[in-house]
Amino acid sequence: MTTQAVSAPRVRRRASGAVRRQRVGWLFITPFLVVFAAFLVFPLIYAFGMSLFSSTLATGTKFVGIENYAKAFTDPLFIGGLGRVALYALVMIPAQLIVALVAALTLDTLATWLSKLSRLLIFAPYAIPVVIGALMWSFLYSPRFGPAGTIFELFGLQAPNFLSSDSIFFSLVNIVTWQWSGYYMIVIYAALRSIDPAVYEAARIDGANGFQIATRIKVPMISSSMVMVITFALIGTLQFFTEPTVMRSIASGALPADYTPNMYAFALAFSYSQFNYAATIAFSLAIVVFIFSFLFLFLTRKQNGLK
Amino acid sequence: MKSKVIAGIGVVAVAAAALTGCAASGGGTSESCTNEIVNKDATQVSVWAWYPAFEQVVDLFNETHEDVQICWTNAGQGNDEYTKFSTAIESGSGAPDVIMLEAEVLTSFSIRDALVDLSEYGAGDVQGDYTEGAWKDVSSGSAVYAIPVDGGPMGMLYRQDILDEHGIAAPTTWEEFATAAQQLKDAGAPGVLANFPPNGRAFTQALFAQAGSVPFAYDSAKPTDLGIDVNDQGSKDVLAYWENLASKGLVAVDEAFTADYNTKLVDGTYAIYVAAAWGPGYLQGLEGSDDSAVWRAAPIPQWEGTDPVQVNWGGSTFAVTSQAKDKEAAALVAKEVFGTEEAWKIGIEEAALFPLWKPILESDYFRDLEYPFFGGQQINKDVFLEAAAGYKGFTFSPFQNYAYDQLQQEVTAVVVDAKKDASTALDDLQATLEKYATEQGFTLK
Repeated sequence: MTTQAVSAPRVRRRASGAVRRQRVGWLFITPFLVVFAAFLVFPLIYAFGMSLFSSTLATGTKFVGIENYAKAFTDPLFIGGLGRVALYALVMIPAQLIVALVAALTLDTLATWLSKLSRLLIFAPYAIPVVIGALMWSFLYSPRFGPAGTIFELFGLQAPNFLSSDSIFFSLVNIVTWQWSGYYMIVIYAALRSIDPAVYEAARIDGANGFQIATRIKVPMISSSMVMVITFALIGTLQFFTEPTVMRSIASGALPADYTPNMYAFALAFSYSQFNYAATIAFSLAIVVFIFSFLFLFLTRKQNGLK
Repeated sequence: MKSKVIAGIGVVAVAAAALTGCAASGGGTSESCTNEIVNKDATQVSVWAWYPAFEQVVDLFNETHEDVQICWTNAGQGNDEYTKFSTAIESGSGAPDVIMLEAEVLTSFSIRDALVDLSEYGAGDVQGDYTEGAWKDVSSGSAVYAIPVDGGPMGMLYRQDILDEHGIAAPTTWEEFATAAQQLKDAGAPGVLANFPPNGRAFTQALFAQAGSVPFAYDSAKPTDLGIDVNDQGSKDVLAYWENLASKGLVAVDEAFTADYNTKLVDGTYAIYVAAAWGPGYLQGLEGSDDSAVWRAAPIPQWEGTDPVQVNWGGSTFAVTSQAKDKEAAALVAKEVFGTEEAWKIGIEEAALFPLWKPILESDYFRDLEYPFFGGQQINKDVFLEAAAGYKGFTFSPFQNYAYDQLQQEVTAVVVDAKKDASTALDDLQATLEKYATEQGFTLK
């Protein structure tokens, strides 16, 4: 404080220099801001504006305020879709997390060329575009072209139909887990590598075995990465769209157009030409995603370091 | 410091240029034609269409027209194209001048003021070139929203070799059809008699129509009035008929237009393919067909004790969009692109289309045409000409895509999941559609 008072003239000059630097700094991020405003802020505002109007086939467009939102949150198709993705979240996120965690912990303790190869192979599905992955699985699930028929025949059994209304849930869980576990594994693995090995040594001196080190030391120390992984998975699952949309081309009976909230919004806009209500559904979904993510981060504030 | 500022401005300028560059190329899509323009000074009309072998038809048009030239783009098939068109309508720009649409979606687009009423642009002059049923499909009251191109009168394509092997005669009624299905199963045949696709949509609707179903009543002159009647007894009987066959395993219930279904169509899994006139072309385009297959065509089975009813599945039209710059020229293209014998010879021989244009439809050439795929059978004379002549036209709803999606869900619940019976399913469908129509501001009749 005192030094500032004494050398006031110099400070002012430095401050004006800083202001000029800041101005130049703004200039440098302008390209980003322009793109950000044009492709994110403006479309969001536009979509929100759209969601406040109602447009019906027979009577035209009129301003209805939040009436669309009241309709959305009582729309059985939207609520049904939300329920479905919530169920997916309950099954799919633990499945992905367990696979990723077990793989990362195993690979972390090994240091052979085989473990490096395994790491690459587990990660490989993530490198395949989601649409291609879903198409590939569509063929694997196909009763005629898929391998299931041949394999079950060897044991004299009838292959299950992976595309029926009852089994499509697990077929989709399988695709998503296959695709994303490798990615989450890499995130967790990277966190594991950043732990100081001296900690393990200390634990070993205290008499901890490998399993205890994994569960008592490694897992707690990487909890912030796990929280991040679950947050990603949660947001991704609530916005579930690509895989069921691709699979619809071979199983449209088991996957109706309103299967997930995102698919419902898409169908409303592009099949049923209800652009305004589609914007409402999209925003409502965003609100739900925000609430869930916020709630999750709040509940795990101890683990994620946001406390 | 100064040089940094200049560099900063440079970055912004480059970014701005990139952005405007994007915008410029985004707006100019209509200038990129798939085909060559012959007369560069003539008025250009942009056309979206997905017909096979359409490029030859476009070239023929451009070579024979001085003042008007077609600039053709394939914007995707069916729903892919409709999605793009729908977005263009909403944004107010980006639609072509002339667009290929299936007859069933015309009302869905005309209610959004996306199509031009062609009765003001000389549609009446060509009305005589089309059958009554075909013309009814493209008009609503006195308005005409498109020019018919090809149709889908329905018939029955069957594997003569498979039926002969099991001593089954080609069924002429649905009652015989059910008996034949049972016979084939009792004989231990590896396949089934036919498939009833739960995602049949227009196919299902056509079978219902054969039993007297008139699901929608709509006139564009009174755009807020709509009649819905999807749970009539005829439809219920037809769905119950297929429910019964499916539950006994006498017919398959595979989803249509998947890789599995395509293979089963040609490898003999289904002995009968209840098809539209474009069916033969579809079959010939599929891979993995059985070389020894003997295909024949016969009229679609009828319900016993009723007069024969001919129905239609699919078919397409050319409509002029309300965004068309030169509506006169666009209407000319819609009327004339498939308005010559030369164009139709390409359409019939290369693209396997079924013409609705009478001069070729009623010609000896078309009637006597022998199809090598059917062992030289004259399928038009035997089956499809009569089916086309007997077709009386159909009225579709202004939200046909929604109606089809709901129909598909109900049919799946009945024939695949066996969760409902036919009658309950169609009653539920009626309630769903009535509720939707009310929400969309229609007054139910």
